Amino acid sequence: MLLVPLLAVAWRAEGFGALRPSDWAALRFTLAQAAVSAVLSVLLAVPVARALARRRFPGRATLVILLGAPFILPTIVAVLGLVAVFGHSGLIAATGWTPDLYGPQGVVLAHVFFNLPLAVRLLLQGWLAIPGERFRLAASLGFRAGDTFLRLEWPMLRAVAPGVALVIFLICTTSFAVALALGGGPRSTTVELAIYQAFRFDFALDRAASLAALQLGLGAAAALLAARLALPSGLGTGLDRAVPRWDSGGWLVLQDALAVGAAALFLLTPLAVLAARGLPWIADLPASVWWAAGRSLLIAVTAALATVALALPMALAAAAGRGWVEVAGTLAVAASPLVLGVGLFLLLRPVANPVALALPVTALVNVVLALPFALRALLPATRDLVASYGRLSASLGLRGTAWLRLVGLPRLRRPLGYAAGLTAALSAGDLGVIALFSRPGEATLPLALYQLMGAYRMEEAMAAAMILVALAFGLFWAFERGGRDA
Amino acid sequence: MRRPIVLLIAAAATASAARAEPLTVYAPDYFASEWGPGPAIEAAFEASCGCEMEYVTGDVLPRLRLEGERTDADVVIGLNTDTAEPARRTGLFAPHGVDTSDLSLPVAWTDDTFLPFNWSHTAFVYDETRLGDVPESFRALLDAPAGLRIVVQDPRSSVSGLALALWIHRVFGEDATDAWARLADKIVTVTAGWSESYGMFTEGEADMVLSYTTSPAYHIVAEGDDTKRAAIFPEGHYVMVETAAQLRGTDQPELAQAFMDFVLSPAFQEIIPEGNWSFPAKAAGPLPDGFGTLALPDVALLYSAEEAEALRETVVREFEAGLRR
Repeated sequence: MLLVPLLAVAWRAEGFGALRPSDWAALRFTLAQAAVSAVLSVLLAVPVARALARRRFPGRATLVILLGAPFILPTIVAVLGLVAVFGHSGLIAATGWTPDLYGPQGVVLAHVFFNLPLAVRLLLQGWLAIPGERFRLAASLGFRAGDTFLRLEWPMLRAVAPGVALVIFLICTTSFAVALALGGGPRSTTVELAIYQAFRFDFALDRAASLAALQLGLGAAAALLAARLALPSGLGTGLDRAVPRWDSGGWLVLQDALAVGAAALFLLTPLAVLAARGLPWIADLPASVWWAAGRSLLIAVTAALATVALALPMALAAAAGRGWVEVAGTLAVAASPLVLGVGLFLLLRPVANPVALALPVTALVNVVLALPFALRALLPATRDLVASYGRLSASLGLRGTAWLRLVGLPRLRRPLGYAAGLTAALSAGDLGVIALFSRPGEATLPLALYQLMGAYRMEEAMAAAMILVALAFGLFWAFERGGRDA
Repeated sequence: MRRPIVLLIAAAATASAARAEPLTVYAPDYFASEWGPGPAIEAAFEASCGCEMEYVTGDVLPRLRLEGERTDADVVIGLNTDTAEPARRTGLFAPHGVDTSDLSLPVAWTDDTFLPFNWSHTAFVYDETRLGDVPESFRALLDAPAGLRIVVQDPRSSVSGLALALWIHRVFGEDATDAWARLADKIVTVTAGWSESYGMFTEGEADMVLSYTTSPAYHIVAEGDDTKRAAIFPEGHYVMVETAAQLRGTDQPELAQAFMDFVLSPAFQEIIPEGNWSFPAKAAGPLPDGFGTLALPDVALLYSAEEAEALRETVVREFEAGLRR
């Protein structure tokens, strides 16, 4: 699914083309910013996820969903949100100190803004997967917070964090518009921009194919590295009880409040500024924008169900020891969306009219692109499941649908719900291949948003962005809810 | 009960077979979208020819090159002069066959394949309530203090960015790289497309944005806001001319030619000002309010399609080298 479109492009170009010196510079910048963004996102996510894991407070569930918002924002909206806070005339500058937003620091800031929510959620999943009995035991042994971290939380992080960092690293390697807009100029050229340039102006398909292959190769290398770094947590299983935590009173309450508060401020302020701008205009949006929202909803639900149906067997296969499944599934995120779209176009054209298939193809590409996130959400829980129940199930002869119904689904419903919600939200916000081939009157919501901006209608575009955010939240909430109550 | 349904389907099938195939027009997304000039032009053309037409949107040029001879397009609209040459070299196009002796373009037009339908000068647009000290020439812009904040588009990914690179090359010639370097401390950032830049400008993030002399017309007409202005430089302004062209391999040559003939007619041209926020290629009577008061340069600069293509790699290198310095 990843290689075929790439090969189709290379075939059309009659081979892979040589790279230019500027392409190598782009590669260096791409790798550096992606690595820094990934490590920073995970490091910052640890205290936030830890705080959310060990505290219960009113509104916590809503906050957790809200914190996920930046991840699904269309890049152009997120950039304007960051500019409204960190920019020259932004909120921070109003206090008298003007941060320098543009440059490598701006690129990293934007990528952390996008990906911190993902890191928090995936780490939180890891925390929630630690059996409550372990914390009880820890309490009875008189563990302090530091001991708990060393004996329980650190092993969990060793198992989960490398995979999270990998996914974020890969997302950041395909960044293009954000890196350019906040990078401040040609110094911040990424590989994806080079691909775009090769495709759009030079029409050097051979070079585009080479660059996409290079990007994919790097992704594979990073995936192998992360797989080596990740160690199984060995925390075993429990009775799925939620237990209060005894090891985190006193000043740790303050620390947690600070971590969650800072994250909320960082992630939600840009969104609030945009909401203030866009919400008053929602009533002025024409019906066509709402129809576009309907099409996006349809794509999102289809993609979510298909992704989960695909991710579950893949996660089970990976947990059963077939590691290549995990690598293949994760790599999708390093695939150049542009090359994927062009490749699909070339493949479909001899057999069908790609324009007529724009919506199904958009859903399909969303499935491929969301698969790594779904896998990442499912894998830790699936691994633990196979490790803890695999032998018992085997000795009972429990297999197939009976196993799925009695063992698999009940224990995986939370990550499954999260994976479906994430895919749905991502698909709703993705501009994707529909921008490459579509027919008027078939716009999705993100496309309508770009059209509004292209016609000077910035306020209405922000209003459309707010519908998009609401839609994504709704989908996320519904699927997660389904996951909890199933 | 089944028979009527079958009959109905058969009737529907005959009806659609009797109707001729629509004229397929490849157009950029902004052109064919609900907020662009496309829908009104489609309605006007269908009324005049008694036929059907439909847009296919997306990135027109790469798509044509991917499809080659097998393209479904009958007409392509939206290629500007700077991107027309690679399109011409595909050999897919036929002459437009329209008289271009009486155009309202600021430059002479000799291209017999690409027919201009609208134009505008590239220009730096500012908000007069935010920027008091407006540079009076391109040289003054280069010499302006670093406190002046401008956003531009990347010539590697955007046609307006490419127009700026060609503009700078035209004005500064050998010193173009140096001009970029002197501009560098004013450039807040370079965005992939026009929308991001213009969004940043309206957010107040920049004092000036690379856009068009006709951009203020949108604010005047649609928002009743006359604070947006284009800075006019005596060195001249590079012109963005958008064109239409018909394909040699079209299966409906009469319809395609009818569309080409329609392009310069008043019915098409009067949709342009407030539909695409630019000047019509052949003005049909007075322009709408808001366009009359626009500040315009005396000197219009334009490379022919051939020259622009020959210079493209050079000017992109000048941009990269100048801003990396």
